[in-house]
Amino acid sequence: MTRKRIVTARINGKEHEFLCAPRQTLLEVLRDVLGLTGTKEGCSNGNCGACTVLLDGRAVDSCLVLAVETEGCRVDTIEGLAATDRLHPLQQAFLEGAALQCGICTPGFLMSAKALLDRNDDPSEEEIRFALAGNLCRCTGYDKIVRAVQATVATTAAGASQGACE
Amino acid sequence: MRDFEYEAPRSVADAVSLLSRSGARARPLAGGTDLIDHVRTGRLAPDLLVDVKKIDELNRLECSEAGLRLGAAVPCYRIYGDAQIAARYAALAESCRIIGGIQIQNRASVGGNLCNSGPAGDSIPSLIALEAVCVIAGAHGTREVPVHEFCIGPGKNVLEPGELLVELKFPARRARSGSHYRRFIPRNEMDIAVVGVAASVTLDPKADRITAARVALGAVGPTPLLATEAGRVLVGRPVDSIAIEESARAARAIAQPIDDMRGTVEFRLHVTEVLVRRILTEAIDRARRTERD
Repeated sequence: MTRKRIVTARINGKEHEFLCAPRQTLLEVLRDVLGLTGTKEGCSNGNCGACTVLLDGRAVDSCLVLAVETEGCRVDTIEGLAATDRLHPLQQAFLEGAALQCGICTPGFLMSAKALLDRNDDPSEEEIRFALAGNLCRCTGYDKIVRAVQATVATTAAGASQGACE
Repeated sequence: MRDFEYEAPRSVADAVSLLSRSGARARPLAGGTDLIDHVRTGRLAPDLLVDVKKIDELNRLECSEAGLRLGAAVPCYRIYGDAQIAARYAALAESCRIIGGIQIQNRASVGGNLCNSGPAGDSIPSLIALEAVCVIAGAHGTREVPVHEFCIGPGKNVLEPGELLVELKFPARRARSGSHYRRFIPRNEMDIAVVGVAASVTLDPKADRITAARVALGAVGPTPLLATEAGRVLVGRPVDSIAIEESARAARAIAQPIDDMRGTVEFRLHVTEVLVRRILTEAIDRARRTERD
């Protein structure tokens, strides 16, 4: 048995110190050590994106990151997406647009979509689809997911221009 | 997953020392998008992972008219995000945009893609077409290997136990040069290449004759292939469809694809020829367009 390591990472804005073996992936630590079960396990090999989190602001498959590699890093998971008193605009759009059925892929899609909109506030449909290519959904057929992202872009833009007028 | 030790050295010397001590029982870890999966499935059984992402030389990214030095651990997103690389070494940027999806590109490195040595590895045909040289460090010093000699079989390469790929060096791009990488896959993204083709061409000052050309094929052999004859038949030729056809046929002639779930031998040979034609046409077009910069 290898000895465990102490890792300190900033998860959803809060410093966390945890023990883990080198062989434990970030996904495993999030779910089984830290109790953050919003991030899902789908394929364990980087194909489905259900385990998507943001690592230093970039979307990654947490099943392919070792927890020890996150020392000193910033990790954002689905649990940190909503504000304390309201849902993130993407979550709101997914709900209103029925962009989920079983919901297992949804946290991953939301984190990938957030990563996209953090960098590109007016993506084309092609850019949206390409940015979400690493996330698989077995239920919805993707169309409502893409529309939900587009709706979020529209509401955010409308909100911004409203704010500018006030 | 199998239990292993983990170290994160900060110098090439320390990394080589760790790798040499453990030999075949240690593996370098960059992006981990292949390695971690291989350890999980049991395809690889290391006792030690040496995380090389904290070593300066492996994170180097220097691109100018003098050439390109690409550290082995640099992730794909940094490569296609570099405007100079996108302009001068376009085929490499294109390979990096198509490996996996965004989540993979944010971690995976070209060095790792090369060392994984898959016959369909998307970066490798571009590395070959752009004449990259592998800089390898070991206990006895450093050696260099032209990238087209690096892979020797499916999943196999010339690295000895204890050796570490440090960087890839690319020669300066000649004036009026263009490059391109494309692959055939059943979907639009993700997937593994059914056929991959990269080409680089250089034109004369009047842009109507080819002075240099290099064609590389992926996924149609036990390793990615340098299509030597396909490049040779273009040198000195006027830019026209006859030359491109000859090159495409020469490339097809050296392809050795297998029948598998992604395609039959016949299909892949056909697609090789089609892709070489298209990729050469685009590379020539890009070489022409550089004149106007």
